[in-house]
Amino acid sequence: MRYAMAIDTRKCVGCSDCVVACQTENNVPHGYCRDWIVENVSGAYPIVEVELRSERCNHCENSPCVRCCPTGASHIVEGGIVMVTHDECIGCGACIQSCPYDARYSHPDGYVDKCTFCQHRLQKGQNTACVEVCPTKCLHFGDIEDPYSDVSLALKNRTWKVLAPEAGTKPQLYFLT
Amino acid sequence: MKEELFISGRDIPNIDPFLNIWHWQIPLYLFLGGLAAGIMFFAGLFTIMGKEKQMATTVKWAPFMVPVALVLGLFALFLDLKHEMYFWRLYTTIRMESPMSWGAWTLMLVTPLSMIWVATYMKELMPRWNWKFDFVEKTVAFFTTKRKEMAWAMMLLAIILGVYTGILLSAFNARPLWNTSILGPLFLVSGLSTGLATIIWMSKDKKERYILSQIDLGLIGIELFLIVHLFMGFLAASAVQIEAAELFLGGQFTVTFWVFVVILGLVFPATLEILEIKGFHIPIWIPALLILFGGLVFRFVMVEAGQITRYLY
Repeated sequence: MRYAMAIDTRKCVGCSDCVVACQTENNVPHGYCRDWIVENVSGAYPIVEVELRSERCNHCENSPCVRCCPTGASHIVEGGIVMVTHDECIGCGACIQSCPYDARYSHPDGYVDKCTFCQHRLQKGQNTACVEVCPTKCLHFGDIEDPYSDVSLALKNRTWKVLAPEAGTKPQLYFLT
Repeated sequence: MKEELFISGRDIPNIDPFLNIWHWQIPLYLFLGGLAAGIMFFAGLFTIMGKEKQMATTVKWAPFMVPVALVLGLFALFLDLKHEMYFWRLYTTIRMESPMSWGAWTLMLVTPLSMIWVATYMKELMPRWNWKFDFVEKTVAFFTTKRKEMAWAMMLLAIILGVYTGILLSAFNARPLWNTSILGPLFLVSGLSTGLATIIWMSKDKKERYILSQIDLGLIGIELFLIVHLFMGFLAASAVQIEAAELFLGGQFTVTFWVFVVILGLVFPATLEILEIKGFHIPIWIPALLILFGGLVFRFVMVEAGQITRYLY
């Protein structure tokens, strides 16, 4: 099993509902976020293109944050989800330095925090909070090794990209283009 | 083609717009760690060579600085932690892939070792010194007979400590400026040089200073060579590393790096050392202070600039 997410950049309208849903669901402190919207504008007027991306932790298969963690607080659980055990984290910041996506932050309580793919919801058979609320249904989540999962079906007939593949981290967020 | 990037709903402290999660504590620690490694390496080296008498400052006096530097460095590291009450978690596991874990364990070995080394010379340097307790007296006497073995351990651990101060940074491939294997040897050589500068400053023996200055000149030469290599490597690498190099080649760190680190911290003190070897009278503290200052600035610049560099997508 390998959890992954596909984000349809052609359907996303950048409403930030996923951001708010995550903050509410996961009790993210004020001023912080585990997912965010990137608006990439390219070209020169009048030929301008916009790409909207809902970004979060890529739950990389070759995760540099897990490798550099000196205490083992950052670890990978079933389904390839990268998690942080709060009371093993010393707040050294190594994993924050190691992430090419800047997906981690230092929680005001001291430990490092990040997207968990809503593991607590998955265990109950529910979907992640961001996927649940997306009004344009541009987020697809599931087991990428199952050919009939939502994420596999979304990737099937579309072109897609991952962010900074040259970083060698094998990220698990797929952006449909 | 123009490209603009907006990130909405994100203004996380110390992460946006530029990563700045490591402040003064880390570069200060890297400097002190390198300096301690430098002193220990040469104290070990001249002990193994049997030159304790000729190189008295190197072997006997300068090592007093090592526990001081290490304890101060460790304290800086502790201040850097954001979840500091859990720091002991470092010592409940050994993580082979994590340079920081290596560093934590190396410090765990090196700090007591440097203290024992100093203890074995206490009586020789301060004749009225008294250990008060019998068991301390006996333990110190035991280690005094094991100086050669300790010297080997110090040399080995000094190299690990010195290289680690660089590898700590170079292991992060997300920060293109750091992600080069040259950083390990470069930080080691720079650390050895700052250690030597400290010893030269402390030494009153002209002959000893003469030998140490010659070694230091060699180290500065290697350091300059590695810096040239560093930038050659960057400019021949991928877009993110070319961009990283540009911070130092016309970008915001150009003056700090080339003036304070390379000219004032390496070239100028090297010139003064050459003049001293040729017989001119140069106040010894000038080149020593410049080398220490250059080494400190070098680490501050590398840590700060590295955090700005990133992957673009």
